[in-house]
Amino acid sequence: MITLNHYLLAGGLLFATGFAGVLLRRNILVIFMCLEMMLGAANLSLVAFSRFGANAAVPDYNAQVLVFFIITVAAAEVAVGLAIIVALYRLRQTTHVEDINLLKF
Amino acid sequence: MNPVLFWIFASLMLVFGAMVVLLRNPVGSALSLVVSFLCLAALFVGLDAFFIGIIQVLVYAGAVMVLFLFIIMLLDLKTEQRRKLNLPAFLGGLAVVAAFVALLVRLLSGFEPGTVAASALGQRVDDVRGVGFALFNDFNLPLQVVGALVLVATVGVVVLSKHRLK
Repeated sequence: MITLNHYLLAGGLLFATGFAGVLLRRNILVIFMCLEMMLGAANLSLVAFSRFGANAAVPDYNAQVLVFFIITVAAAEVAVGLAIIVALYRLRQTTHVEDINLLKF
Repeated sequence: MNPVLFWIFASLMLVFGAMVVLLRNPVGSALSLVVSFLCLAALFVGLDAFFIGIIQVLVYAGAVMVLFLFIIMLLDLKTEQRRKLNLPAFLGGLAVVAAFVALLVRLLSGFEPGTVAASALGQRVDDVRGVGFALFNDFNLPLQVVGALVLVATVGVVVLSKHRLK
């Protein structure tokens, strides 16, 4: 029997994987992909909560609307973020985050 | 959802998610992420969220990842050269992630889903109708705000992509 805990654990582990990628990888594109993975993990938790809500006969659609908004905002974020990465690459010819240290004191 | 299907898709999702982090070639990372997102969509379908599952496939696994691959090809990225590891930063990152996983396991072990868990529905799910109803009635203003956000993002991308800002 698959319970809410299983879904939350799967979502949490996916989030941890993305988190590890953001912290450990040095390629800005891979870091960005890992951010998307973290958003997907949050979506999995939300959908699981919507399904295993108090009224088990019908899923709670408010949570799914929130997931819809998250996906929309994430798509906009990807477009803007990739445009910034391309502009950065034009300027510095690198996607390695340790080469982009102008703001470092 | 059938437990066997859950375990298959959850483990595939986590394995390909780990491959995104582990592979050194960005193209491999992006393709692994596509598979991971497809398995995530399968989990959504198993949770009776058909609409969200389809959006996940169309928007994430389709549009967003094609955009990623397009940018990787455009920048002509090669496999990363192995650089000197920043050991304190690496160990610190690992420690933070380990602490996060430990916290997650501790939290979930004290969390009793009990009888809340529902078995797979036998009845029809009016999924799109429910989401659409909530979206256009209760969340009408947020929907329009998100529409404005997407417009702003489009304009922002065009401005960012111009070669020289006047």
